[in-house]
Amino acid sequence: MSITCTEIDHVARLARLALSDAEKELFTSQMSAILSYAETLNGLDTDGISPTSRAVPVENAFRADAVSASIGTDQALANAPDRVDSFFRVPPVIE
Amino acid sequence: MELHTLTIHQLHQLLKSRQVSSVEATRSLLARIEATDSRINAFITVAADQAMTAAEVADQRIGSGDCAPLTGVPVALKDIFLTEGLRTTCASRMLENFIAPYDATAWANMKKQGAVLLGKLNQDEFAMGSSSENSAFGATRNPWDTNRIPGGSSGGSAAAIAAQQAIATLGTDTGGSIRQPASHCGCVGLKPTYGRVSRHGVIAYASSLDQVGPVTRDVTDAALLLQTIAGHDPLDSTSVAQAVPDYSAALKNDVKRLKIGLPKEYFIDGLDQDVQRAMDNAIAHLRSQGAEFVEVSLPHTAYAVACYYLIATAEASSNLARYEGVRFGRRASEAQGLIEMMSQSRAEGFGAEVKRRIMLGTYALSSGYYDAYYLKAQKVRTLIQRDFNEAFKQVDILLTPVAPTPAFRIGEKTADPLQMYLSDIFTIPVNLAGTCGISIPAQPSADGLPIGLQLIGRPFGEETILQAAYSFEQTTDWHRQKAAL
Repeated sequence: MSITCTEIDHVARLARLALSDAEKELFTSQMSAILSYAETLNGLDTDGISPTSRAVPVENAFRADAVSASIGTDQALANAPDRVDSFFRVPPVIE
Repeated sequence: MELHTLTIHQLHQLLKSRQVSSVEATRSLLARIEATDSRINAFITVAADQAMTAAEVADQRIGSGDCAPLTGVPVALKDIFLTEGLRTTCASRMLENFIAPYDATAWANMKKQGAVLLGKLNQDEFAMGSSSENSAFGATRNPWDTNRIPGGSSGGSAAAIAAQQAIATLGTDTGGSIRQPASHCGCVGLKPTYGRVSRHGVIAYASSLDQVGPVTRDVTDAALLLQTIAGHDPLDSTSVAQAVPDYSAALKNDVKRLKIGLPKEYFIDGLDQDVQRAMDNAIAHLRSQGAEFVEVSLPHTAYAVACYYLIATAEASSNLARYEGVRFGRRASEAQGLIEMMSQSRAEGFGAEVKRRIMLGTYALSSGYYDAYYLKAQKVRTLIQRDFNEAFKQVDILLTPVAPTPAFRIGEKTADPLQMYLSDIFTIPVNLAGTCGISIPAQPSADGLPIGLQLIGRPFGEETILQAAYSFEQTTDWHRQKAAL
């Protein structure tokens, strides 16, 4: 399996990662090697095998729909890189 | 007396009988950190003032006659655990200035008993790595040989124990991140069954695999610490509502008629000679104590690493989407517009291995590839889990190496990520199966490097592996050997 630079660009866009040209080049070769290795899985017949998404069977965990204590607005905003009043502030979405 | 060398249970006796105060013990550990950590770099943050205050409070509590097993005991946490009011970085530039607003449940349980937090330990960034070289705060070094890696990702948790900088520590284990560093640093490291310990307040890497566990000087301490952190937590929907047994009661020196499986896929030709010798020696010890050995097969072992690196990276790419420079963490200041700000913040905040795994995971989940990679890996996971179920019909526990070699040299595997990933071959299957495993010190290498022995139990079979590990420990003194620093 070899990955192309176009695919790397596409995946980086999906992942919201601004990669440098050097990183793109490095990841193209490294990801190709890792994905080739991952293709060893294709040697296994998994027809009729159900996927495992969690190791231990658990049921949906519901709690009572009741108001309980929370950390509050100020603490929730305390680590924000930028805020105004009780909001997170972000750069303009639409120019 | 060198207080920094003690176990939890030894220090507890001294604290309880008022022969030693928590202030004295804490001072001893802080002095040890001060004297050694420039060579080890096990700590990202040392919280000396807070620790001394907590020690004073603990001494008052002991003075009033209340001394729980961890009261006044100086400990440290991997920097992946949220600690209220204290910086939690996950070894990433992304969280360099992040002050946690609440405590992780595992730490909250220790704090309730009055444990004293010395600081936060180094690791691979976001727990992605096998060597603790992927830290934005510099690599951690192995106290047994500072040219070598301590293992990873919980490298600081194991190095701090080996360097006698904490009495006990917590780590997390997604593909071997507690057991492998414990093996390389000569400590005891326990990965509990998935769901046994709450993940609430533990920064997420791969949520279907991550599990919290203790790194300690001996098996008794591992049982004590597991007792404190295990149990159902309404704040972690995957924590299991199953009664927590009395783990200390399992510490009996008795392996008579215990059936131990040796998976033939783990004892391959070409296994490192020192590792093979340590396994042979351990088998002989346990056999002489009355254990029975049976060869078993885990036929899908060869597929585990590929399976893991698809599932773990897919989950990581999703979990790490939260770092977008809006609610917490680093924000690129120059970027124009929202999307560019996010992409630039992530580019600046994440290190190379984290970016590589996000890319791999995003690719494996992307349209057109989901079935071929992620779904396929989840099906293979089912086969790996079945291997263990079948083996546990024949035997009580499994005995394997933890890692294919003793600790490798710093820089040896950084250029080739795939080689680095393959060093987790013996620990990854346990996470995929969701069961429990413990690493305990076995016979060291000819060069004196620690080598760990892995005992794997059935799901929620922690008592059985603790008992076998405890019995083994009674016949050996490798866990008492100390790194010359």
